[in-house]
Amino acid sequence: MSDKPAAPAPAAGSRASMKKELPEHFKAYKHVWVLVEQERGQVHPVSWELLGEGRKLADQLGVELAGVVMGAAGTGTLEAAAEAFAYGADLVYLVEHETLRDYRNEPYSKAMTDLVNAHKPEILLLGATTLGRDLAGSVATTLLTGLTADCTELAVDADKSLAATRPTFGGSLLCTIYTLNFRPQMATVRPRVMKMPERQEGRTGRVVPFAPDLSEADIVTKLLSFLPDRTSTKNNLAYADVVVAGGLGLQSAENFQLVRRLAATLGAEFGGSRPLVQKGWIPSDRQIGQTGKTIRPKLYIAAGISGAIQHRVGVDGADMIVAINTDPNAPIMDFAHVAIVTDAVRFLPALTDAVARRFSPHTRDRIAG
Amino acid sequence: MHIVVCIKQVPDSAQIRVHPVTNTIMRQGVPSIVNPYDLFSLEEALRLRDELGGTVTVLTMGPPTASESLRKCLTYGSDRAVLLTDRFFAGSDTLATSFALAQAIRKIGETFGAPDIVFAGKQTIDGDTAQVGPGVAKRLDLLQLTYIQKIVACDPEARTLTVERRAEGGTQTLVTRLPCLVTMLEGVNQVRRGSIHDALRAARAEIVTWSAKDAGIEDVTKCGLRGSPTVVKRVFAPAPRSEKAAAVPVSGKAAADADALIDAILARQPSLEADLTHLAAGI
Repeated sequence: MSDKPAAPAPAAGSRASMKKELPEHFKAYKHVWVLVEQERGQVHPVSWELLGEGRKLADQLGVELAGVVMGAAGTGTLEAAAEAFAYGADLVYLVEHETLRDYRNEPYSKAMTDLVNAHKPEILLLGATTLGRDLAGSVATTLLTGLTADCTELAVDADKSLAATRPTFGGSLLCTIYTLNFRPQMATVRPRVMKMPERQEGRTGRVVPFAPDLSEADIVTKLLSFLPDRTSTKNNLAYADVVVAGGLGLQSAENFQLVRRLAATLGAEFGGSRPLVQKGWIPSDRQIGQTGKTIRPKLYIAAGISGAIQHRVGVDGADMIVAINTDPNAPIMDFAHVAIVTDAVRFLPALTDAVARRFSPHTRDRIAG
Repeated sequence: MHIVVCIKQVPDSAQIRVHPVTNTIMRQGVPSIVNPYDLFSLEEALRLRDELGGTVTVLTMGPPTASESLRKCLTYGSDRAVLLTDRFFAGSDTLATSFALAQAIRKIGETFGAPDIVFAGKQTIDGDTAQVGPGVAKRLDLLQLTYIQKIVACDPEARTLTVERRAEGGTQTLVTRLPCLVTMLEGVNQVRRGSIHDALRAARAEIVTWSAKDAGIEDVTKCGLRGSPTVVKRVFAPAPRSEKAAAVPVSGKAAADADALIDAILARQPSLEADLTHLAAGI
């Protein structure tokens, strides 16, 4: 909700050059922290992706990487800490308390704020999940520091400050944001945007316990019940190896069936660009892009998708991007690996046939016989 | 019940274009709309008012033209609209925005009665940060309920609110105390059309317009660019891949082109052949 992108770029740049020496009381802020999002014994994979990214930042800064594990004792917190070491953490702040059994804003934001004030990190990264976004906004406001949401790239600048890049203007451009003269520098990153690091078996580190000053009696909001999602109702778009997606170039909701047919033949997941969700052609959990799902498949086929930045940042992690589009000058041609300039509506049925002929064992056997 | 709903006027992002040469945003002629996420919160506020009685005040911070969006909210049936507008607010990031909105909500409380619930949109379609709602809650020391898919019960006598919240991996049912701040999930309701009566009233309604000073903000260094810890250093379009996409020639015969495309994919990434065979066998 920042209004700042509206400011002309040169003015913003001149303000960035106002960056002066960090106030004395912030100089003690050192090290990179990542929230290890753990609930009911499950760690959200975005935490490992962030540890991978945090490792790079910490190495460039020459500081330590810490994971922050919060929860009730005996609910998988120690296992999460051990995993954090395997994914690159040097130490883990272990914050255990009965009030942290399920996520609630009050105890989590108080515990995190107190931990930051006690141990003073220079960078604090959280996943842009419902938990991470809820928590990050509260913590940053309490600490009166800067928070950059949904970053697609994190880097350390020449003067060692965090350069956080994210889409702006509804995803039509990118911008790089700094937190001037305040600490910690906070950022959230969406799942699958950063690469999953290699797990290093046997890697260990220090556990630093932190006893939060919490009491259930002080917490107003109470959890009455928790109903877990039935996994069968959720699609696997974010983690699929092959994804086929359609855009406005398909011209009609009926034609979207062509995308589904190709996906079914490939054994792939299907999705679409934002306008298709707005038009009601596909449900919102099938949206691919900055405000939908970020994907990292081995093969991504985009049919009739022009490739606005907000879409690009959601698919840039794909190993191979294939564009089918009538417009040779569409932005997607700038980041596709293989492209064919043709009408997706006419081409998809032929591609589906060819895939069936070449990869489906049943069809192949029949041809061979 | 007094319910305050924070909204934002945003450019209709579906219609924003980037200048192909200068890479700058072409804002001219892009229509403004009420941030679509805010309407789910507004509808929930109006529904609660209709059930429990009371008033709904809509609030926005923005340029004077943002009054258009406030008027739109009046046509949906909101009772009152407050516009917070001042040059001191220009260039606010989310921290500075939450400061200004929180001050305005305090002033609304003093002027029109303390709010029982403050609603905000889950996020905006232009900033997409989802930070201002939680920021306002923290500034006002309100209990915070984000990603709400259903308001199960609101008891103004007992001062309790029961909600279903979308959490990671499931749905939480939470009960909290009023006053609190709520952001609704998208798609959980559909904003009403509003009556003819509301449309007529909205056309004539006076929009309460406050400067920073009117809203009781004494320290303007906490507003706008000066009050923002973050700064945008660079706005840019991403670079094309250094390697241009391998273009598959088009023969006009779709079947032949399809084979050529698959050949081009496999030529570039031979390991995909095994992956595709394996996946296709799974069906």
